[in-house]
Amino acid sequence: MLLLLVAHLVVAVVAPTLLRLLGRKAFLLLALAPASATVWALSLTGEVMAGRGPVEIVEWVPALGMELAFRLDTLAWLMVLLVGGVGALVLVYSSAYFSASAGGLGRFGAVLVAFAGSMLGLVVTDDMLLLYVFWELTTVFSYLLIGHYADRKASRRAAMQAIILTTAGGLAMLGGVVLLGDATGTYRISEVVADPPTGLVAGVSVVLLLVGAATKSALVPLHFWLPAAMAAPTPVSAYLHAAAMVKAGVYLVARFAPGFGDLGIWRGIVIALGCSTLVHGGYRALRQNDLKLILAFGTVSQLGLLVLLVGLGTRAAALAGLAMLGAHAMFKAALFLTVGVVDAATGTRDLRRLTGVGRTLPITAAVGALATASMIGLPPFAGYVAKEAALEAFWHDGSTLVGAVVIGAMVVGSILTVAYGLRFWWGAFGSKRCVPAIAPDGTTDPSQPWGPPEPLEVGKPSLVLVGPAAVLAVLGLAAALVPQLGENLLAPHADTYPGDPGHLALWAGLTPALALTGVILVVGTLLFVRRVHVERWQSRVSVPLDADRVYRRTMRRLDEFAGVVTARTQRGSLPLYLGTILLVFVALGGGALVAGTTLPTADGVRLWDTPVQLLAGGLAAVAMILAARARRRLKAVVLAGISGYAVAALYLLHGGPDLALTQVLVETITLVVFVLVLRRLPAYFSVRPLATSRWVRLGVASLVGLTVGGLALIIPGARIHAPVSVDFAEEAYVYGGGKNIVNVTLVDIRAWDTMGEISVLLVAATGIASLIFLRRRGGPLLRTQDAVESGSVVWGNIPDVMGVLRSHNAAAAGVSSAAAEAAVDFAQAEADAEAAGAAARGDAGYVAGPPIPRAPHGGRQREWLAGGRTLAPGRRSIIFEIVTRLLFHSMILFAVFLLFSGHNAPGGGFAAGLVVGIALIVRYLAGGRYELSEAAPVHPGLLLGMGLFLSAGVGLIALLAGGSMLQSVIIDLTVPVLGEIHLVTSLFFDIGVFLVVIGLALDILRSLGAEIDRHGEEALEGVPEEVGSR
Amino acid sequence: MIDTSPSLTLVAVIVVLVTVGVYLMLERSLSRVLLGIISFSNGINLLFLVAGGVAGGAPIIGQTPDGEMSDPLPQAMVLTAIVITLGMTAFLLAMAYRSWQLNEHDEVQDDLEDRRVARRAAADLAAFEDADVEVTTTLDEDAAGAHDETQGGDRP
Repeated sequence: MLLLLVAHLVVAVVAPTLLRLLGRKAFLLLALAPASATVWALSLTGEVMAGRGPVEIVEWVPALGMELAFRLDTLAWLMVLLVGGVGALVLVYSSAYFSASAGGLGRFGAVLVAFAGSMLGLVVTDDMLLLYVFWELTTVFSYLLIGHYADRKASRRAAMQAIILTTAGGLAMLGGVVLLGDATGTYRISEVVADPPTGLVAGVSVVLLLVGAATKSALVPLHFWLPAAMAAPTPVSAYLHAAAMVKAGVYLVARFAPGFGDLGIWRGIVIALGCSTLVHGGYRALRQNDLKLILAFGTVSQLGLLVLLVGLGTRAAALAGLAMLGAHAMFKAALFLTVGVVDAATGTRDLRRLTGVGRTLPITAAVGALATASMIGLPPFAGYVAKEAALEAFWHDGSTLVGAVVIGAMVVGSILTVAYGLRFWWGAFGSKRCVPAIAPDGTTDPSQPWGPPEPLEVGKPSLVLVGPAAVLAVLGLAAALVPQLGENLLAPHADTYPGDPGHLALWAGLTPALALTGVILVVGTLLFVRRVHVERWQSRVSVPLDADRVYRRTMRRLDEFAGVVTARTQRGSLPLYLGTILLVFVALGGGALVAGTTLPTADGVRLWDTPVQLLAGGLAAVAMILAARARRRLKAVVLAGISGYAVAALYLLHGGPDLALTQVLVETITLVVFVLVLRRLPAYFSVRPLATSRWVRLGVASLVGLTVGGLALIIPGARIHAPVSVDFAEEAYVYGGGKNIVNVTLVDIRAWDTMGEISVLLVAATGIASLIFLRRRGGPLLRTQDAVESGSVVWGNIPDVMGVLRSHNAAAAGVSSAAAEAAVDFAQAEADAEAAGAAARGDAGYVAGPPIPRAPHGGRQREWLAGGRTLAPGRRSIIFEIVTRLLFHSMILFAVFLLFSGHNAPGGGFAAGLVVGIALIVRYLAGGRYELSEAAPVHPGLLLGMGLFLSAGVGLIALLAGGSMLQSVIIDLTVPVLGEIHLVTSLFFDIGVFLVVIGLALDILRSLGAEIDRHGEEALEGVPEEVGSR
Repeated sequence: MIDTSPSLTLVAVIVVLVTVGVYLMLERSLSRVLLGIISFSNGINLLFLVAGGVAGGAPIIGQTPDGEMSDPLPQAMVLTAIVITLGMTAFLLAMAYRSWQLNEHDEVQDDLEDRRVARRAAADLAAFEDADVEVTTTLDEDAAGAHDETQGGDRP
């Protein structure tokens, strides 16, 4: 069975390709998938009848008790025949139905086959959770098929309505399934039905299951999605909305009825829903003018009858129900297919416009007549046999009040069925002398005189189009001729119900049921003959409560409610969201603190670990408070940096040299990066808003601070186990081969963590670059030589602060006092570019960049830094260049030392990478962006990628060597000259970390440094800045 | 079991750093929010150390006797946290710069769409605009309009 499902999946996947290559003829190939299911089921008929149907169980999620459990019993066998047989015929029909140029056929074919597969899975699975999965799959595919013409508003709306209703029902069903599984301890359907739970659980889950069935099988009051779903192409209506999907609800009821049929609540719901649906559907069908709508409401009515029969919980009714299930699938699918033929041949489905079609399309009309005869229960057709058995079964229980109601509904429903069935056939194929005039909006005006219908042009359909319907209609006749065979085939499932056995027969003698059939046929025919009066009466009686309208109003209220809730909760303000999160933290964390714990006593705390801590801690706290009060950005950043350095001191005092080292390096880089960005931002923070909001913020902040403080006091004492790190020292040395426990923890013991963290760094670096680089980041790296050739000058157009002094001198000399004043203003407020241009023209504060001197060729390089030449002369600092020249290589060397010694002494990949980052910063500051490319002529992406690859690669090597992922391998070598070498593979992991950190630093510098430089220069040169999409 | 009594000095520093951090985070200027995050991170990093127990020697074998080491596990966690804070700082700065580039300021604005919803709800207007909600056609009209792309027999 799993194989069949896979086959459907494969066919569905290749369907679009097939349809593209072969055109609509490919539908014939697709039909092989459902046909194979039919053949498979037929070949197993003997085993199934004997109760030895195949069972397949594959473990899926053992932890959840989920299994891929399948079995083929009588009910499943019947359903597979319907699903597979009608599916195959509908696909054959589709090959001739759609025009060769119709759009979206690839998707249509794929979805239809996928639906057939899901439906197959739904009926053969024996696992309730799996049943739910297939159930929802059919819902989704049905949604796609109803919305096939996605450009039509009515289609989209019908599809949306269907999916909302059926998934809501599916969700209810899932609730029932979980309740049942929980109560019985198994999700196997057969076991649940064999030993059903009782009491409240049973009641609740039964209601939930029936809600699911009611939505899927379109029972009143949730029936209205089915007529709307007629927006789907006709083959879909024939397959999903007549034969297969809507039967899923009936199937569910038939599946669980043997277990729950005797529950009062089950019987109550089934009888109420079944009877009302049966009558309501028939009544509405009588009123329709569209052939498909007649059939749709007819289907609603018949679904009510089916649920009533299989859900009532008696053996005879169940047998009749199964027979009806088969008969209905045959005649209803056949009728839909004939409607499709008529629609395709005439271009309309309005029975007021159709006339004389029966004379033009005699074969189609004959097929339609056979199917209609089965629908209205004329002997000798399958519908008659099933209906007789049903009447017989109901008559048997008809002595009680409930029984009387049921048989009454059955009779009324059947009369309506006869009436709308005859009206359907007459409407589709009959010849009409006069019909009412139809207004353009589709309504008829009774005051207008009736006249002869407009002549229709009727085409000739191909035989492939009529064939599938003919097969189904003839089968409906053939099956009825051997009722005993049908009884034998279907009885095994009916026998799982309690009660007396029923029988299927063409002639059962002069029984009350026969008399009822006679009454039904006569009254129904009378209703048809007097149709004009019936129509008038129906149009006068208005329906007070339209389920469709209730649904629409409910959805509208829901939308409005969602709008109000969104407006209340989603204010779109970041401080508000953050504040809410923090207050919840205070309420939960602080509440737990207050309620459940006691603060440590005076003995339990100490004032300080060492007195120096007080000094460093005080500095950290005071600097940060001052930073918060600062209005100038630079001041705030510098103060925050001081606080950071003080925290580093605290780390050192606490016994964390690695931490202190890293913190100092990170603070340094942070400081530089801040300054790099701040040079483009305004010097001062914007004006503070209302003072009250400041107090609110301060209040929230204090609450959070005090809560965290309380946690800090309690957490250390809350330990009840020895820390896991107690053995780290030994493990680090023995397995990790290192003496620096923190470093070994990073690269070995908790290497997975580190791996995750360097991935985060990689993402952050990429994010920075993508925010800043408005062009591609991966362009060529511009070296000094490029700058020389292009003649651009770095930092040349940025205001020169020293120029103010020079301009003062100029003013003193009386050259241009106005220009000087402008320059002073500018230097203080860093005004905009236009003022800068004016000032530059005044020759006061600007140093225009002279041409870059070319490096002397042939001779020895006489410059300290190659990139220095690219800077504006006023920007160069020879001393800085010399210091950089001297420092850079020492710093790199120091970094390498940190990297290699990190395993045994403070250092490691993080610290080493940060040192290289600082070295690059120094080069950048001394020589500008071209110097940065000279220092690191690689793309940061390459470094990041290589680093991650190296780290992960080392982990894999250990895996290949038979260890676990990221395990360290220690290799001791004796090399001449160098002596003993103690090599641990985690070193390579650390090198990976090292490269990632360098990549991050380089990316930061290239983005926030070099690229922002470029933006600034472009802005000043008057090149419009690329700002992306606003 | 190890000695875990917390140092009041460190706790006080944590309280100050977290308070200042939250205070700054609740502002609208991105660069101040960023300073807040840095301060907050420092405070929480210290909390990790406090939770790990009292101060001790560097956790390096051979340098510190076994019983006197500080707990290496929180240190390893804090170390990565420090580096990640750097990445985050740089990322937020890039955002602040970009915001300045686009809007001439680095303030976090309220979400426009959320404000629109709130305004409409306050004015009691439909906060949604879905053209498919309003149904003006009947089932019959819909059905009359729904035709498949069929072969159409020999119909001209």
